[in-house]
Amino acid sequence: MTSKYKEKIGAIIIYLTLLVVALFCLAPFFFLLISSLRPGVEMIRNGISFQIDFSALNLKNYWLLVEGKDGIYPLWYINSVIITVAHTVFSLLLTSMVGYGLAIYNFKGKNLIFIIVLVVMMIPVEILILPLYKLAISIDLIDSYMGVILPFVVTPTCIFFFRQYAMSLPRELLDAGRIDGCGEFKIFFQIMMPLMLPAFGAMGILQAMSSWNSFVWPLIVLRSTDMLTLPIGLQSLITPYGNNYDLLFPGAVMSVVPIMILFIINQKAFISGLTVGGVKG
Amino acid sequence: MLEPPVVALNKSYNRLSKIRTLFASQKKAPYLFVLPFVVSFLVFFLYPIISTVIMSFQRIDGPESITFIGLKNYKNLINPHFFNALWVTTRYTFWTMLVLIPLPLLLAVFLNKKTTMGKKYFKSAFFMPALTSVIVAGLFFRLAFGEQETTLVNSILGVFGIKPMVWLQDPEGSMFAMVLLCTWRWLGVNIIYFLSGLQGIPAELYESASIDGANEIQQFWHITLPSLKPVIMYVLTISVYGGYSMFAESFALWSGPRSPGEIGMTIVNYLYQEGFNNNNLGFASAIGIALFVLVMLVNVIQLWVSGFFKKEGV
Repeated sequence: MTSKYKEKIGAIIIYLTLLVVALFCLAPFFFLLISSLRPGVEMIRNGISFQIDFSALNLKNYWLLVEGKDGIYPLWYINSVIITVAHTVFSLLLTSMVGYGLAIYNFKGKNLIFIIVLVVMMIPVEILILPLYKLAISIDLIDSYMGVILPFVVTPTCIFFFRQYAMSLPRELLDAGRIDGCGEFKIFFQIMMPLMLPAFGAMGILQAMSSWNSFVWPLIVLRSTDMLTLPIGLQSLITPYGNNYDLLFPGAVMSVVPIMILFIINQKAFISGLTVGGVKG
Repeated sequence: MLEPPVVALNKSYNRLSKIRTLFASQKKAPYLFVLPFVVSFLVFFLYPIISTVIMSFQRIDGPESITFIGLKNYKNLINPHFFNALWVTTRYTFWTMLVLIPLPLLLAVFLNKKTTMGKKYFKSAFFMPALTSVIVAGLFFRLAFGEQETTLVNSILGVFGIKPMVWLQDPEGSMFAMVLLCTWRWLGVNIIYFLSGLQGIPAELYESASIDGANEIQQFWHITLPSLKPVIMYVLTISVYGGYSMFAESFALWSGPRSPGEIGMTIVNYLYQEGFNNNNLGFASAIGIALFVLVMLVNVIQLWVSGFFKKEGV
């Protein structure tokens, strides 16, 4: 009798906690969405609040996204897409090579390189922004797609992940390929890479997400208004001379939409990329 | 004299096949595989680090006028702005660790229970904030913590009889806003880490414990917590790393490196302001090095306290 009673109370506590936290996690999305439908003047006056005039909601702001400020928002969108795609593709190609090389072969300096990969993972990028900026100026990378991508294209986290994954690849295939006269790179691209496809999925999503949302480095390396990515562009809309909330809210909503769709389609890929890349097992 | 075409062709063919054998060779191929990392490490990591160290001993007034000033930049770190930044960042790191370890751990345990229904939906809900950029999150939190009485936070607190306050101009209020923003974006990620740790604990441990008469709370203390130690250590480490290198959250809340009375000034904010706004490259480099040493120190202390350096099998 008492144990059943206890169980019930336990269940209530559990569900109540989960529900409250879920509300905390989802409410901001609701308010961002609603705010994107409200006139910007109202946002300046009230901030984000419970007082919502539902009859005044409309899609005008979304039109403004296309037309407002000489159509700068679509340009930012295109920049973000190009940078994210290029960053992800090159990053996967290069880090999978490195990870595979570290997992499959024995060579001098291999352990040293792996230790360096781990150390680089542990050092905050923010410390390096100043010298990287100087470097970017001297090799003419400022204000270019290349400048955003290049310094962070060989991501240590991805290398680590691919290495862990490649450790489990069957070595017999390596010998079989060699007997068939394939070179080492042909073996990698034609035999091993297809076997590593799940790793590419997980890392691709993780890399794309971090590239799409990346803030600190693009903030520094991108200068002209029409080169900005979405986070930097949205940030630039907040000025002391008036906050462009009409543009900011729908812009913010639209910047979340593509990742949200990806997430809803394939949640597992998001989560598996995190766990294997994160927890060193 | 121009080479006859056949010779030139032969030469380039030879060069091509040389490259081809290089790529095919079992001895050399591994080095080609890891080459991208080595190059990237040397150019975009080691070189910048060395150049920061050098710059931190210099006074840089322009590309042509650089003077070596010894430890002066480091001595200049002893100033109220830097101490304030250090204090803000340390408090922020402390609070994020205090919230972002126990809370996701508890939620992960709840989600891992066999009897919990709707796990999938809760998990998705918790993870969704991690998909947003810090700017989008900052936009919401800046206006939800607005100064008007009607804003979200003020009106929620009003229900409990707490007076409205100007959050983002108050040291405690803004710390709360920063920690809450961070919690919103990182809770789901840490839950995933803990969940993957929980799933690795063999069920037999719990079975034999409950046969021995251990209740759920005892099982949590004696089985769950010790088994999760590696994951907790990992989360602790990335919390220190993330906390001390915090920049974007504060930048997003005050839309720039400056905040009233420097209440949101973190170490990286200070670095950004000195380096990019005030053009004090040498001094900013010293800030960067100080931060680097600090993060390393905290990590080592943490690993030492937790017994990482002791013999295996802990």
